[in-house]
Amino acid sequence: MSVEHYVSLFTKAVFIDNMILAYFLGMCSFLAISKKIDTSIGLGFAVVFVLTVTAPLNWIVHHFLLEQGALAWAGFPNADLSFLNFIIFIAVIATAVQLVEMALDKFSPTLYNNLGIFLPLIAVNCSILGGSMFMVERKYLFTESIVYGFGSGVGFLLAIAAMAAIRHRPRYSNVPKELRGVGITMLLTGLLSMAFMAFSGIDL
Amino acid sequence: MSILDKKSKLAFSDPLMANNPISLQVLGICSALAVTVQVQTALVMTLAVIAVLAISNTVISLLRNHIPNKVRIIVQLSVIASLVIIIDQVLKAYMYDMSRALSVFIGLIITNCIVMGRAEAFAMQNDPKSSFLDGVGNGLGYGGILISVAVFRELFGSGSIYGIQLIPNVFYSNGYENMGLMVLAPGAFIILGLIVWLHRIMAGIESD
Repeated sequence: MSVEHYVSLFTKAVFIDNMILAYFLGMCSFLAISKKIDTSIGLGFAVVFVLTVTAPLNWIVHHFLLEQGALAWAGFPNADLSFLNFIIFIAVIATAVQLVEMALDKFSPTLYNNLGIFLPLIAVNCSILGGSMFMVERKYLFTESIVYGFGSGVGFLLAIAAMAAIRHRPRYSNVPKELRGVGITMLLTGLLSMAFMAFSGIDL
Repeated sequence: MSILDKKSKLAFSDPLMANNPISLQVLGICSALAVTVQVQTALVMTLAVIAVLAISNTVISLLRNHIPNKVRIIVQLSVIASLVIIIDQVLKAYMYDMSRALSVFIGLIITNCIVMGRAEAFAMQNDPKSSFLDGVGNGLGYGGILISVAVFRELFGSGSIYGIQLIPNVFYSNGYENMGLMVLAPGAFIILGLIVWLHRIMAGIESD
């Protein structure tokens, strides 16, 4: 695979197939956390980190344990455990998050203090599980899954940081009372998503 | 109705309007929007969520006195994930096209905050009967919003509802065009924003 292929995959994951703005994944934390720029960037980096780790991990699990014929090395060439994908993926993600948290605590206390509170939260973030499932559906290779995981994480970071910055503005405007909070945020996300649509069709 | 005491009735009806999971508690939006291009997919998604919510609430409520507090999240997660796997397999077996159309979003019911949220907040404290009703009620409240978003998106985006053409051909020959924006992601965000606004006006709720 050429370098251009990976660059193209990365750009596609960040801009065109953006987790939040094109697939609506991770909306819960997106709406809840995007009130402040600092915290939203913290959450964004935690998502980048966890997606980059879990996408290839789940690729390994899927490819060597669950896929149809994947257990051929253990003497079960006809076994197809792919129906277990969901439960195994969520277990792998929860474990990976726990391990990442422990490793960070040990080796980089500053990073742990910044990301620490977000790590347990993103174990059940839709975009993490969604990343692994899209990876299986689109039949990525191992290296592609790393680039894809990293790219979708960066897309999430970009969207949530942009949203946090935009949400500062309506504070000084006269938004109708019932529209404040979720309502206006959804409308703003719609506009942001429209802006991101301009990237579609880019093919490197 | 005498079979339902007041508490169960409240558990059922509260999430429909006054405490709607999507528009007021802002839970479970993740999987809500991607399936709303057509009413049919939204309907199947709603049924799947109602089934998962009702059964998981009942099961967790039955087990609530036996689940150690420390491992309760993982127990809830495995109950929910098993139910979602069953639903996914049923869809693959009996409605293969629908299962292709919903792609990964059935699987994402696992991480839908409504299911976990209700298990944690309601089923862990209440008896199986009212937990079941709470599950059905929340599922319906979720489905109500999902289907109303889908109705608008399909009507304006494709000119039909549930696959039945509603905008007459005369309109098209006189220059009416389907609104392409509605089929794309921004349409969903904007319609949902407006529905949340409307719902909050009706419920008389003002937020910060």
